[in-house]
Amino acid sequence: MEKRKYYQPEIETMPVEEIKKLQSEKLVKQVKHVYEHVPYYRDMMDEKGVKPEDIHGIEDLYKLPFIEKKDLRETYPYGMLAVPLEDCVRIQSTSGTTGRRVIAYYTQNDVNLWEDCCARALVAVGADKEDVVQVSYGYGLFTGGPGLNGGSHKVGCLTLPMSSGNTERQIQFMTDLKATVLCCTPSYAAYIGESLKEMGYTADTIPLKAGIFGAEPWTQGMRRSIEETLGIKAYDIYGLTEISGPGVSFECSEQNGMHICEDHFLAEIINPETGEPLPEGEKGELVFTCLDKEAFPLLRYRTRDICVLSRKPCSCGRTHIRMAKPMGRSDDMMIIRGVNVFPSQIEAVLINEGFSPNYQIKLSRVNNNDTFDVYVELPPEQFDDSVKIITAKEKSLEVALRAMLGIGPSVHLVPPKTIARSEGKAVRVIDERKLHD
Amino acid sequence: MAIKQLSVFVENKKGSLHEITDLLAKENIDLRSMCVADTNNFGIVRIITTEPERAVEVLKAEGHAANVREITAFAVPDQPGGLAKVLSLIESSGRDIEYSYALITSEAGKAYSVMRTDDDKKTEELLKANGIELLDGDHLK
Repeated sequence: MEKRKYYQPEIETMPVEEIKKLQSEKLVKQVKHVYEHVPYYRDMMDEKGVKPEDIHGIEDLYKLPFIEKKDLRETYPYGMLAVPLEDCVRIQSTSGTTGRRVIAYYTQNDVNLWEDCCARALVAVGADKEDVVQVSYGYGLFTGGPGLNGGSHKVGCLTLPMSSGNTERQIQFMTDLKATVLCCTPSYAAYIGESLKEMGYTADTIPLKAGIFGAEPWTQGMRRSIEETLGIKAYDIYGLTEISGPGVSFECSEQNGMHICEDHFLAEIINPETGEPLPEGEKGELVFTCLDKEAFPLLRYRTRDICVLSRKPCSCGRTHIRMAKPMGRSDDMMIIRGVNVFPSQIEAVLINEGFSPNYQIKLSRVNNNDTFDVYVELPPEQFDDSVKIITAKEKSLEVALRAMLGIGPSVHLVPPKTIARSEGKAVRVIDERKLHD
Repeated sequence: MAIKQLSVFVENKKGSLHEITDLLAKENIDLRSMCVADTNNFGIVRIITTEPERAVEVLKAEGHAANVREITAFAVPDQPGGLAKVLSLIESSGRDIEYSYALITSEAGKAYSVMRTDDDKKTEELLKANGIELLDGDHLK
């Protein structure tokens, strides 16, 4: 049987004008739904003097107020919910700033459309019923594992729900069960690749043929290196919990930009300073409006990712708009080993643990894996002349930071006033990773 | 019975030790002994001086994390096995030694050492009960 080219061909190859018409119809309905059910957003619209009747189609999108991460914090935990809680079947969550997490709710329809997006991504990289998909993203609150897991089921692949970690076991299942598609963060893919190489596997003897790698920035160089080591084609995927999860956009065989699932998610690029929408092709902040989601339908959500959109036709036949790999952030969020980290979270832990907030974060990438070091000035009153005691303080800070962030940095205590200050202001983050081409 | 030790937290990098000794030299503070404990990242410099209280103020004034603590000091016969006998006593009592180093000795035939254990008070009692000579600040003069 010939392989499928698309998971939902009628939608994925829909002529652009029809997509726009569909988006317009959905937007009008969605704005009405949100206005009626989310008092917080209704107030924002009222304040801006815009009513659902003013939205006739996507050309009126600019009239709507933006939703930012701070609004999600403000409305935690239920304030953005647009359906009764009893209609929800799932939450997913992502770390927020200053300890408050973002919780996204899903109805069964919301889960379905999210998994459809992941299924589209899998078919786009050549997966079909006979494939064995190894999902090595974390399972749980993180969207990576559940999203690709659901997508793989929908395509009909044999799904290996590995979650992340325990590399030895990953490799055993991969080689014994002949996994053909690997889904994980690019740095974990690189790590698995190195481990396979050490065990004597070569690109020819590794059963994989494709990989879907996302949740953190990676370069073309890293892509080539993973492709060579594993003997596969490596594809990018993009998404965020607030909008649904992975699969908001994904790469096709062209490996040249990620097609946004435009029937569900309306994308715009804005000037991050002024909020003005920018014409197609210009670089700016990516903003999403959920057109179909029921439980947590964010309108004009600012992703803080800096990016470019392109409507150029793609040889894969998909008509959905493509986004380039994000080129940076318009806030101070870092993505470390696939986990979102804000400096303010680290600051909160330090203060809580009795340290002064004089710290510096150093990020680097060794063998395609992120290193994460936090240097903290030791308050003079906490000094002790025992190496054991100072080392124990470092360890306990590492434990506290891991509990807050979900990933563990190496903590290094340094003498007071040794962290570099530039113009009196401490330099908080030194990122030596090459994240973008 | 104990002597005072000055300690300071330094970065493990070129020039750290010099900076500390230089600050003390400028204040005319005489060092009698020194021990550096280092890890990959940091170092702890421990100093025996005749003026620990003045020295710690000098370092603190320059923003250093420094302190003064009492530490067990003792004399053993300056002969093979002199120190081993003391360490054997400590070990069999179940005490854990954090660190230990030698001091300049002003008496012929004796060797001075200092030591921090997980319980300095009990260590001193133990040494005393076994006839080991404990030292105080006067021995540094």
